[in-house]
Amino acid sequence: MAVVNPQDAGIRATGLTKSYGSVRAVRGIDLEIAPGETVALLGPNGAGKTTTIDMLLGLTHPDAGTVAIFGASPGSAVRSGWVGGMLQTGSPPDHLRVRELVSLMASYYPHPRRVEDVLRITGVSDLAERWTTKLSGGQAQRVRFATALVANPDLLVLDEPTAGVDVEGRHEFWEVMRGVAAEGKTIVFATHYLEEADAFADRIVLIARGSIVADGSVTEIKAKAGSRTVRATLPGVDLASLAALPGVVGAERHGDAVVLSCTDADAALACLFAKFPEVRDVEASGGSLEEAFLELTAEEDSTRPAEGDKS
Amino acid sequence: MSATHVRYEILRTFRNRVTLGVTLALPLVLYYSIASGNRHATSSGIPFPLYFMTGMAAYGAMFAAVSPGAHLALDRSRGWTRQLRITPLRARTETVAKVLAAYLVALPALVLLFLAGASLGVRLDAAQWLEMTGLLLVGLAPFVLMGQILGHVVAGDALVPAVGGLVILFALFGGAYGAFFNSGAMLTFVKLLPSFWLVQAGKAALLLGDWPAEGWTVVACWTAALVPLAVLVYQHDTGNV
Ligand SMILES: Nc1ncnc2c1ncn2[C@@H]1O[C@H](COP(=O)(O)OP(=O)(O)OP(=O)(O)O)[C@@H](O)[C@H]1O
Ligand SMILES: [Mg+2]
Repeated sequence: MAVVNPQDAGIRATGLTKSYGSVRAVRGIDLEIAPGETVALLGPNGAGKTTTIDMLLGLTHPDAGTVAIFGASPGSAVRSGWVGGMLQTGSPPDHLRVRELVSLMASYYPHPRRVEDVLRITGVSDLAERWTTKLSGGQAQRVRFATALVANPDLLVLDEPTAGVDVEGRHEFWEVMRGVAAEGKTIVFATHYLEEADAFADRIVLIARGSIVADGSVTEIKAKAGSRTVRATLPGVDLASLAALPGVVGAERHGDAVVLSCTDADAALACLFAKFPEVRDVEASGGSLEEAFLELTAEEDSTRPAEGDKS
Repeated sequence: MSATHVRYEILRTFRNRVTLGVTLALPLVLYYSIASGNRHATSSGIPFPLYFMTGMAAYGAMFAAVSPGAHLALDRSRGWTRQLRITPLRARTETVAKVLAAYLVALPALVLLFLAGASLGVRLDAAQWLEMTGLLLVGLAPFVLMGQILGHVVAGDALVPAVGGLVILFALFGGAYGAFFNSGAMLTFVKLLPSFWLVQAGKAALLLGDWPAEGWTVVACWTAALVPLAVLVYQHDTGNV
């Protein structure tokens, strides 16, 4: 096997495609991840995140397309111990205690972390002597995290790692992951918690219906969605004429206030002041990641909810 | 690196108390309840306590040999084998661990039956005991493989009847419960089964010190046929072509 320095190349997926019968789970995904990058995969249920992750890990064979992990095939990257992960589904084997499971996982990898350290920082030291089958859902998830962490791989792939974990647990989890990222490890994770992606990822890859619909930093994603919001007090105005302003894609009324969704907030504001000099309390803000998510992943054929006068 | 996996695999097998208990106890109970009343009978040309001892030893050992396959199916349904697929663990280590676990359970199953046989008057010299043990362990190979194949092919709740049915049929036709098929086409047929030769291990050790060439051929052919099949189902199951 060719020895490749994990620092030389990141992860490269080209033209990944996978269908299950008539379901086109992934339709041509191209992804390049630099070493040391932290990337969040976001997307609605059934978007194809897990299928993409499984193809990156070599668990699922793509119908078309290729994957290279640090310059090697997923199979040989996995055999070299460069890859570790938490899958979305699956429970630990029976007849093992938590400490044993973590030690077992450590034994597979060339440079594992110390088992006791991992048990401590994942908050499962107290559970170390428990049977892996006798844990609560969130505890089991912490143990799964411990097994991924102890492997200490160069690429860590996590499919919804904090699903079912309580607030404190999620904070601890991301605290630990910040340390892992600081060590220069490459991290790819899927999540439905947008604030996690917002706070933790260098980059967000937004997937919908098996394709990447946006790829960039949080700021870029928000800009791409064009979901800047302008609020103003403007009683009695005709919503249709607001929606017709340049740069505005939607207008809503909340009492005396109006809320405009803008693709170009600068143009919208200029025209707003020009056409409606009586406008007061004008406030422009970047849309939330949630708004961007909803807008970018919306079905193409559905009408935008903010389009036209709905009141 | 792989020693830990093998160790935990064996540990898990022995912690599976219910399966282990039934595997070890059931043949013993059957042996005492049937052989103690027939201490002076003969079967297939040898004393019945010896015949039935190897029969029940074969039966217990067959169960022991296929049960890691059942455990594998459980690991598969829990998603654990998928998790293993993304670790550097090699298929070779996985297989060694399963085979070792199978034999480590089979061995006490044999020893317990031998002790039971001795308590009912079975007397063999040391070389014969050893020969018999050796033949039984060799004859188990096809069953270890069958367990692995079933573990990869059969899903969840179908596995218990599949494993149970397989062992009981092979045990029945192999003569583990008694030599019901003594002549004609049926005898020709049952002689083609590896379980027949497992059961004959006692007779072979007593009279010949070994299986006849026919026995070795049957066991070798089953093993040779099942190895590629096991590899095939492994690759199919794991997408590891
Ligand atoms: N083994 C399978 N057999 C058939 N269809 C599948 C299979 N796995 C996934 N799919 C389908 O492929 C599509 C993508 O699924 P995938 O699991 O990748 O979505 P996801 O983005 O991970 O969703 P979630 O957020 O719910 O985890 C879905 O329509 C799903 O029903
Ligand atoms: Mg998923």
